[in-house]
Amino acid sequence: MESKNIFSEGGIILTIILILIPVIVASIIVIAKAYATINLYFKRKELEKFNNYIKELTPEEIAKLEQRKRELEFSLSNKELSGETNPVDGKGLIENISPADSIRFVQQKKKGQPRPNIEPELTKLILWYLGCSVFWLLFGTTVGEYLGIKFVAPDADHLSWLSFGRLRPVHTNAVFWGWASLAMIGLAYYVIPRVSNVPIANIKTGYRSLVLINASVIIGSICLMAGINNGGGEYREYIFPVMALFGTGVIISLINFIKTISKRTTREIYVSNWYIISAMMFLLVIALVAYIPNWQNGLGETIVQGYYMHQGVGMWFMLFNLGLMYYFLPQQLNKPIYSYSLGILAFWAQIIFYTLIGTHHFIFSAIPWWLQTVAIVGSVGMVIPVVAGTTNFLLTFKGSWNKLSGSYTLPFYLIGIVFYFTGSLQGTAEAFRFTNLIWHFTDFTVAHSHLTMYGIISFMLWGFIYTIVPRLTGKEPPQITVGAHFWLALIGLLFYTFPLMYGSTLRGLMWIDGKPFIESVQLMFPFWLWRAIGGTLMWFSHILFAYNFYVMVKRKVEIIIPTSAIEILKAKKELENQTTTN
Amino acid sequence: MEFFDNHKKLFGTALGLFVGLTIVVAIIPAIENQKNNAPLPNAMPLSAEAFAGKQIFIANGCVACHTQQVRNVEMDKVWGSRPGIAADYAGITRTDFWRNTATLMGTERTGPDLTNIGTRQPSSAWNLLHLYQPRAVVDKSIMPAYPWLFEIKNEVGKGEVEVIVPDAFRKGINGKIVAKKEALNLVAYLQSLKQTPLPDGKMPMDFLYKKEEKAITKTGGSIAKLPDGQQLYTQNCAGCHQPNGEGLKGAFPPLKGSPIVLGNDLEFYVNIIMRGYDARPEYAVMNAVGMDNNLTPEEVTAIINHEKTSWGNNAEKVSVEEVKKIIDFIKQTAKK
Repeated sequence: MESKNIFSEGGIILTIILILIPVIVASIIVIAKAYATINLYFKRKELEKFNNYIKELTPEEIAKLEQRKRELEFSLSNKELSGETNPVDGKGLIENISPADSIRFVQQKKKGQPRPNIEPELTKLILWYLGCSVFWLLFGTTVGEYLGIKFVAPDADHLSWLSFGRLRPVHTNAVFWGWASLAMIGLAYYVIPRVSNVPIANIKTGYRSLVLINASVIIGSICLMAGINNGGGEYREYIFPVMALFGTGVIISLINFIKTISKRTTREIYVSNWYIISAMMFLLVIALVAYIPNWQNGLGETIVQGYYMHQGVGMWFMLFNLGLMYYFLPQQLNKPIYSYSLGILAFWAQIIFYTLIGTHHFIFSAIPWWLQTVAIVGSVGMVIPVVAGTTNFLLTFKGSWNKLSGSYTLPFYLIGIVFYFTGSLQGTAEAFRFTNLIWHFTDFTVAHSHLTMYGIISFMLWGFIYTIVPRLTGKEPPQITVGAHFWLALIGLLFYTFPLMYGSTLRGLMWIDGKPFIESVQLMFPFWLWRAIGGTLMWFSHILFAYNFYVMVKRKVEIIIPTSAIEILKAKKELENQTTTN
Repeated sequence: MEFFDNHKKLFGTALGLFVGLTIVVAIIPAIENQKNNAPLPNAMPLSAEAFAGKQIFIANGCVACHTQQVRNVEMDKVWGSRPGIAADYAGITRTDFWRNTATLMGTERTGPDLTNIGTRQPSSAWNLLHLYQPRAVVDKSIMPAYPWLFEIKNEVGKGEVEVIVPDAFRKGINGKIVAKKEALNLVAYLQSLKQTPLPDGKMPMDFLYKKEEKAITKTGGSIAKLPDGQQLYTQNCAGCHQPNGEGLKGAFPPLKGSPIVLGNDLEFYVNIIMRGYDARPEYAVMNAVGMDNNLTPEEVTAIINHEKTSWGNNAEKVSVEEVKKIIDFIKQTAKK
């Protein structure tokens, strides 16, 4: 085995290719920039030479040039057709002329769409969901940031409530159930009535669900810090009464959504609703399987754990977000989704293959060998829905790439889609037996889960939130902080994941070589430091995001000095009304 | 198509497909495993202290960094003498009304695997000090410290255990550091973690992905072909005697300048490595490192030679043949 080159292994090759995709794209950009810079340099040189030549021009030559200049400068008076009358914009066509009197540090992007016709009560509900999710994002990632610091400074504190083992599940559960889940359900309250073309069945149910889920995350976090957990299975650290709150919250919203869909005025059920409703149904199945005690003794617990933790991320977060994407992406690009059928294919393929792959977290363990093999095969099968989904999204983008640079929301969508492709396929590569040897048990898994839960889920959710909140409130975030949010999050994520993946590979190879364990800990020190740096950038980006969200929803009435004719007349009328009533 | 336009049929089918696959791929295998496996007949159930200690282990989320599974691959051989099997976990049932079964197999190995820690590091003194402040014994460790499992007292009461902590790690503490019940229980749990050998003594399966054996030629002088002594020392000895061979005052004796290491009584020296030592009250008990970890004569020789020639020690190296003779004798007497 030792003599065999690891680069001949399929899983490794696949991963390297996946890592190379963004690297190559970035390299092309860098090369293009460098080429432009070099070109500029040579042009300057040429100009200098030419300037020397100009100094030596004879009077005859200058006269000739001036003669030619007059000829070239001949032009019509521009009034041949219009005559001397003043122009009138009789149909009000000239609008949106932005004067170039400000420094264009930040490119002016497209404004959000005007507010669609949504009930103010529903708007309020959605904003509450999103507001809570923003809070949990800040809370959860502050905890995560602190955990990253603990890898570098393990003696940062000696309090039992803040010790690593207790805080780690606080971080994961808060971002899972608090941030991503609340944001998703909140967005679903927007999407489902829209695509069903009816108002939501019951707004109060939405609030009940919101309170239950928030209560679950609050109580759960406190329990975990106090040392009360379910027994160590990842993402099911909340004990059953706490998780029951969450489950109930999802059930009542699910019923609410199904009621809305059953009253729909459209004949077909838009594919978004397939994904969203299924995700909510599946979450309940997953939670029941994970918490019913009848099949949890001995290795039963581990088999269920493998199933649960992977269905949790794939059938809840991923499926739900894909559903939202099928609504928001066509809507933002102002064209239909490239292929409805591909979306349907991806839907069924996802259910068939994803359900099988849970045990790939326990390759080589005491779990039955056939079950491990099924999981590996299922992981390979995941190529079908992932490729179908990515293709569908990218082909929808096709022909609208020009909109990318003019929009502050679309970059989030695009990064989400790119990571959907690379992150998901990386999961396939990790499931192979050989790659398990090197990467299993190392921080590679942590890097992978951040590439996916952060690169896919969080980026998509940010894109969606920046899309709808300005529509709901009529207030736009400052574009400079949206841009800073985007770049800090993206660069932070790359700083976070790449060093961890590289270090973990070295660590796994060290274990295979039989080196002392503590040497592999020492090896990771610089990579853990990079992780903390990347994590800090990501964390800053969340503060900016929270600020942007605040700007979008703040109640403060802005003082607007009327500029357009409509506004001036309206203001004048209002003033006159005031004086007459006084 | 009618099917796609009927929400009951559509969502019902999706749910049915998912539930069906779930039953096949998760529930049935789980129930089968639960039904068809029993703990090994010679497996020791957890003592009351160890069970209480396991609760501390769960509450503090130790599973975030420590696995408890030996996979059937060669690289996991350091964590146990055989791959784990379903029977190893079969005795673990629901913790209590509120909490699920805790097999604690784990998915991250930020720290070492603990399947066999009770055999690999049984020393109570080491474990207590390590829990109080891991960096007091393992300089490069990033494990959290657990000082809340200890208390400061002026007098050590009857039946209480004091932890001798190096000065650097007890700044501002005037009394004596005494282990609370929780710490003792946790150590009892760690000490109870031992792989149960199969009743017939066989391997349940082979370790996969074996390394190619490096052929050891017996003719060409034994010293040059020995395994890496420093690595073996780091793995087996440095936890207590420290990488610099100076030990820890009041807990683990120094090997630098030690008369046993430098002297000529090889039999005594090998005996201590293989069977442990408990003759000096000022230091903690040493466990049978050699026997517990199945060290081969080549490995013991490499360790001895490393200790005899490091940190300023300058004694003559020994040969594998000498050591092998002593180990064979120890193993014979141990069997009787």
